[in-house]
Amino acid sequence: METTAERVLMKGNEAIAEAAIRAGVRAYFGYPITPQSEIAEYMARELPRRGGVFLQAESEVAAINMVYGAAGAGARVMTSTSSPGISLMQEGLSYLVGSELPCVIINVMRGGPGLGNIAPSQADYFQATKSAGHGDGRNLVLAPATIQEAADLTALAFELADRYRNPVMVLTDGITGQMMEPVTFRADTPPAREPPPWATTGAGEGPVRLINSIYLEPEALEHHNRRLVEKYRRMQSEVRYEAYRMEDATVAVAAYGLVARIARTAVDRARARGLRVGLLRPITVYPFPSAAFAEAAGRVAAILTVEMSAGQMVEDVRLAVAGRTPVRFYGRLGGAIPTPPELVAQIEALAAEVSAR
Amino acid sequence: MKAVFTRPQSLTETPMHYCPGCTHGVAHRLVAEVLDELGIRGRTIGVASVGCSVFAYNYFNVDFQQAAHGRAPAVATGIKRVLPDRVVFTYQGDGDLAAIGTAEIVHAANRGEQITVIFINNAVYGMTGGQMAPTTLPGMRTTTTPFGRDVRVAGHPLHVAEMLATLKGVAYLARVALCGVAHITRAKRAIRKAFQAQLDGKGFSLVEVLSTCPVTWGLSPIEAVRWLEANMLPAYPLGEFVTSEGKERL
Repeated sequence: METTAERVLMKGNEAIAEAAIRAGVRAYFGYPITPQSEIAEYMARELPRRGGVFLQAESEVAAINMVYGAAGAGARVMTSTSSPGISLMQEGLSYLVGSELPCVIINVMRGGPGLGNIAPSQADYFQATKSAGHGDGRNLVLAPATIQEAADLTALAFELADRYRNPVMVLTDGITGQMMEPVTFRADTPPAREPPPWATTGAGEGPVRLINSIYLEPEALEHHNRRLVEKYRRMQSEVRYEAYRMEDATVAVAAYGLVARIARTAVDRARARGLRVGLLRPITVYPFPSAAFAEAAGRVAAILTVEMSAGQMVEDVRLAVAGRTPVRFYGRLGGAIPTPPELVAQIEALAAEVSAR
Repeated sequence: MKAVFTRPQSLTETPMHYCPGCTHGVAHRLVAEVLDELGIRGRTIGVASVGCSVFAYNYFNVDFQQAAHGRAPAVATGIKRVLPDRVVFTYQGDGDLAAIGTAEIVHAANRGEQITVIFINNAVYGMTGGQMAPTTLPGMRTTTTPFGRDVRVAGHPLHVAEMLATLKGVAYLARVALCGVAHITRAKRAIRKAFQAQLDGKGFSLVEVLSTCPVTWGLSPIEAVRWLEANMLPAYPLGEFVTSEGKERL
């Protein structure tokens, strides 16, 4: 691919990889797993000749720990995997959060639990948004709905990782990873980035530096964790969401990622049938755009949450609206994808129910 | 007046937390002396493991990262790949390296990763209170082999040096022991050669260091050294398993 191309047709996985290189990624460590292996393959081809390091690890466990080492040494670094691989990376993710190391992790979700299948899914939402491994860890989670957005959010993820000294996850799915769309890249020249002053670069001047997450004294660990909690609070300012045709909506659909695209089509079709319906799409799923949902709850008669899971984000929607409006859930599982007619039927049923009240 | 014995620059003045008679302190000092003598203190990054030596960074006067249990070779790989002109070493015990971290050490060695591994083998889990390690000897009592290690149940001691010596990425590999001055002198020579192999870009290097754990062995420091000589030396033969310039006397 010509790196200077203005607008190119690319597979989602490859667009993510290209965006990361343009964002200045210095090192990629990963382990193959469908449906995201094209990210590693693209990195293997492109990264060494564009000034970076590619290494295929022996496992996801090793890959995330290589990320830890490189991030601690001050490099802009990333990995990518899919659901069962994310489970294996949870150990390292907790250490990255505990040691406050910036890095980017791409999760191209597939069906689970267990080995599941390689079809698209959103069933890692809890794992992605509620816990960065064991302990009280959190990481920012960005959920793109298009390939353009996947590229843009990947670039943003590196900025946020540095800003908060924290891992940032791009949470997407097997369809977004595998399909092709036109994409325009933000930067042609990777931004210059010096190793941060805390990095263990073996530079030899001044006091020695340490990357660590052990605090044996409870009070010391409490102090450290409270500082992290304060950081998570500051992360709330990174909330991003899209409100589509919500101005006069009486029913809102809540969806993120691939499902939000399908829901958008369903909203347009329902509007064509005279229903006042809109879409609220979280772009950051952690932090969750709770305020936008709380505000909408005062205006709409009901919210329909649609996910490719048994119902995970719906819990954040319910927390945000705090009982002020009914929240219904519609989910497809195991890699099945909801269709626009299915969603229109769900919207019509809910609209009829609320207007009958 | 001429100073004939001083603290290595590569060690801090922090008093060590290790138990009396534990040979971690000796191993630390040998590594520090080698870093001083090679003049690489200022460009070395250490990786501490999980176990008694988790606090190694308190004693080494170099940049350090603390790794998850067993993952030190992967962490070291990440550091070395992005900072190839630095010297990177891990300091790992037998539970860390030979059990939970077996995959990481095998693959780092096989890749010929340009790192140096100091592998402390005291045949027991020290920090967690004396449980069986992969290196625990047959018949040896630990808290999880209270009647002695039965190889029919718990398998056989893992011979890490012999196992890794079969891998093509290994440039230097030796097993030494910390029982007595002559052995300690040889241990230092091996550690120096291991770091030199990295400096020369020859590949992966590892020194397995037979060490004592008097507290969990239930022995006095002197008895522990005698026990090591009597039991570990026959089970874990010393010597150089891989050298890049042919066998030499340590």
